Amino acid sequence: MRHSVIAVAAALLSGACASGRAQEATPATPAAPARATDTVKVGPMLGAVSTPNADPFPSTYRPFASRATLIRNVTVMTATGPMIRNGSVLFRDGKIVEVGASVAAPGDAVVIDGAGKYVTPGIIDTHSHIGAGGVPNDNGAQTNDVNEATAPVTAHVWVEHSVWPQDPQFPRTLAGGVTTIQVLPGSANLIGGRSATLKVVPSRTVQGMKFPGAKYGLKMACGENPKRVYAQRGPSTRMGNVAGYRAAWIQAEGYRRRWDKWNADKKGDPPVRDLGLETLADVLRGNILVHNHCYRADEMAQMIDIAKEFGYKIRSFHHGVEAYKVADLLAQNDISASVWADWGAFKLEAADGVRGNAALLNRAGVRTIIHSDDASGEQRLNQEAAKAMAEGNRIGVPVTEDEAIKWVTINAAWALGIDDRTGSLQAGKNADVVLWSGDPFSVYSRPEKVWIDGAMMFDRLDPSQQWRTDFELGFVPINRGGIQ
Amino acid sequence: MRARLPFVMALLVTSGTLAHAQTIAITGGRVYPVSGPMIENGTVLMRDGSIVAVGSNVAVPADAQRIDATGKVVTPGLVNAATQLTLVEIGAVASTREGQARGKEGIAAAYRPWEGLNPTSVLISPARNAGVTTVLIAPSGGLIAGQAAMLHLVAGTATDMLLKAPVAMVGALGPARGPNGTPRAETIMRLREILDDARVFRTRRADFERAQTRALAAGRLDLEALLQVLDGRIPMLIEADKASDIDAAMKLAREYNFKLIIVGGAEAWQVADKLAAARIPVLTGAMNNIPESFVALGQRQENAALLSKAGVQVSVVGNAGGGDEEAFNVRNVRFEAGNAVAYGMEWNAALRSITLTPAETFGVADRVGSLSAGKVADVVIWSGDPLEFASQPEHVFVRGQEIRQPSRQDLLEERYKTLPPNYRKP
Repeated sequence: MRHSVIAVAAALLSGACASGRAQEATPATPAAPARATDTVKVGPMLGAVSTPNADPFPSTYRPFASRATLIRNVTVMTATGPMIRNGSVLFRDGKIVEVGASVAAPGDAVVIDGAGKYVTPGIIDTHSHIGAGGVPNDNGAQTNDVNEATAPVTAHVWVEHSVWPQDPQFPRTLAGGVTTIQVLPGSANLIGGRSATLKVVPSRTVQGMKFPGAKYGLKMACGENPKRVYAQRGPSTRMGNVAGYRAAWIQAEGYRRRWDKWNADKKGDPPVRDLGLETLADVLRGNILVHNHCYRADEMAQMIDIAKEFGYKIRSFHHGVEAYKVADLLAQNDISASVWADWGAFKLEAADGVRGNAALLNRAGVRTIIHSDDASGEQRLNQEAAKAMAEGNRIGVPVTEDEAIKWVTINAAWALGIDDRTGSLQAGKNADVVLWSGDPFSVYSRPEKVWIDGAMMFDRLDPSQQWRTDFELGFVPINRGGIQ
Repeated sequence: MRARLPFVMALLVTSGTLAHAQTIAITGGRVYPVSGPMIENGTVLMRDGSIVAVGSNVAVPADAQRIDATGKVVTPGLVNAATQLTLVEIGAVASTREGQARGKEGIAAAYRPWEGLNPTSVLISPARNAGVTTVLIAPSGGLIAGQAAMLHLVAGTATDMLLKAPVAMVGALGPARGPNGTPRAETIMRLREILDDARVFRTRRADFERAQTRALAAGRLDLEALLQVLDGRIPMLIEADKASDIDAAMKLAREYNFKLIIVGGAEAWQVADKLAAARIPVLTGAMNNIPESFVALGQRQENAALLSKAGVQVSVVGNAGGGDEEAFNVRNVRFEAGNAVAYGMEWNAALRSITLTPAETFGVADRVGSLSAGKVADVVIWSGDPLEFASQPEHVFVRGQEIRQPSRQDLLEERYKTLPPNYRKP
């Protein structure tokens, strides 16, 4: 247990995606130098030539069975407008139908009285590793598939190929009211690979969890982690990091040009496919969103310049413990900030972490997001937001609950490019809904019921509505509720 | 709480110059003495660093400074009983880590980490300003990591800060999770060997000094240190998660007649009745429910509540947050207690679990952990329920003196709240 008195040193050794903490495999000596990108040669084929930018692992997710549901007499936090006291939310066929002060109950609807309770959109985490960094993670369990730490640029890997759908962290995240997560590769590498946006639902395959139509993300990482992991072979400095990003984008530019030309005129043989450059080229085309792990303010400014040099956008800076120092810069460039409430000091580049980070970003007009990078914190993103909101109010940078709820819902949805489908309670959107036992920013409140696309996926009061992964059967004692 | 930041700026001027001890009366608040029932509209009177009186009918001397706590909540300073505050500053920077001894083959019983603690750690202020006034600092790593101390978060030297040391010997049971993990029975065998040899050392010390004994299982200093445990002078704080490991620790404690405290205790709820019957205190968190290891498959958030209801002496400590809770986020222990309440613990028991209970467990309850006459005046005035996120500590007193020192984080926030002129350009 990495959490008690005995834990610090061990935690440092095992270290997080981002942080030198939870997920970051950091071999002292990297494996034999691999090429920056693997080249997949297209051999003679019986069928069609494989094509880049197709959807080779398509989502097979379908919404679970649902019933028309009306939650009434409840406080509704819509994540778009002011909260509605004694309001109602009606959803049917997977979509939100109506949100308001009074909504008529259709005859066939399940009606839930929400007296004293709150309704919010499903919580969204922009920074998860669950599934890819599964548990138990004892030595030898081989459940940590987060970092392909074999080369500084591994744009060719896709994290969905690491996701184990039976990771027992999934149902716990769902019980925390989280309905959508972005699973990212770790931060050992300058460019870590593609992310995956998943619905937190039971499935035998990762394809069954993939959010239909969600764009891919690309994980990039600044600072200490890559230079520590590759200290022996390089990059071993921050300037080496920057040279590494630029070299990769230069390659990607040429690749994009060759393929765009061939796609336009179809003359001669197609260019040779390269999985890594395919991903990077699609970033340049705007089809893949960049999620950039970056702690220090000065490095964020450099990453913004690199993005401009090569013509791509950074969608979100992750971890951003110093984002508050360049809040104006992030706002000007329309870059969201995915931050913790109060992590800091686990390494020098995290030493300036302050709990007022989110409030200061919020005040500057930055799309502010509270993320987890931690399977335990992911279950309580509402509490993390509550801490950050309280700090804002303490230091005279006021934050309302209506704003703070956006930090874990609609703003996160925007970072993942799915804000037109989820992240707020508005008619026509996916019915990703959480019913809380009380104000979600109270330490005493817990999600009571969670719906995804209108289907009830978790009910704290009904053990038959509590998903248990295959792994848990027999291994993990049934939590009979004990004290509720 | 807009009042806070001007307050911070004021502190810049006064920091380091502590006001003379004086008589202070906190009046009108909802007072939780913890050692007794809550007092509405209570008064806490302190003088020269000690609490003089607590009650609803306390005469306030004319010369006392009065602090009106109407509508506020008054509690003892909080106690976080599982930290490495002052032993680790920047986790990844080895030169700022003092929590782990080199030891010999996993044995460092003689290690007294407080002798190297950092009294100027910038992580002290965030904890203290947030109402945590006493912490247990414990070494980590190996089979026997060393000795733990109770630290009072006052400004000064390490000597000034030490409330009591040692208060426990720290060890761990269960299979090591490293590449060369030791089977659990071998770990127990090794512990027995060392405890047996500590007894040999005690009875044949002169022979040992003349090199007339067989080689003993640990060095002189470590064996000597372990006698404190065998003689009942300090308890053994054993980290164990799996119920069977907790049971094994209890068996060892009976065999060697030492006082046992369990820390971690992920599956302690499964043996709650046995722990209660044997009067073994448990330090555990309330946020973890992940079967992150085969030794913690039964980990659940109701653990603290179930233990408490079974009559176990439970101290709630941080157990989620990836490690930050041991230094950077020592302050968050009150939220851990809040979560324990959300998962079934009585509110009063939860407040006790971060005040008087850890003080009792580590033998400092005569001085800290409660509000009653004669105790050290560690007092916090909260804007509301101390276990809630929205509540803020408005006044923090340690040894009767109000703490008025902004943390490094406060200074950073203040700087960037209004960008200084020379930063106005990118």
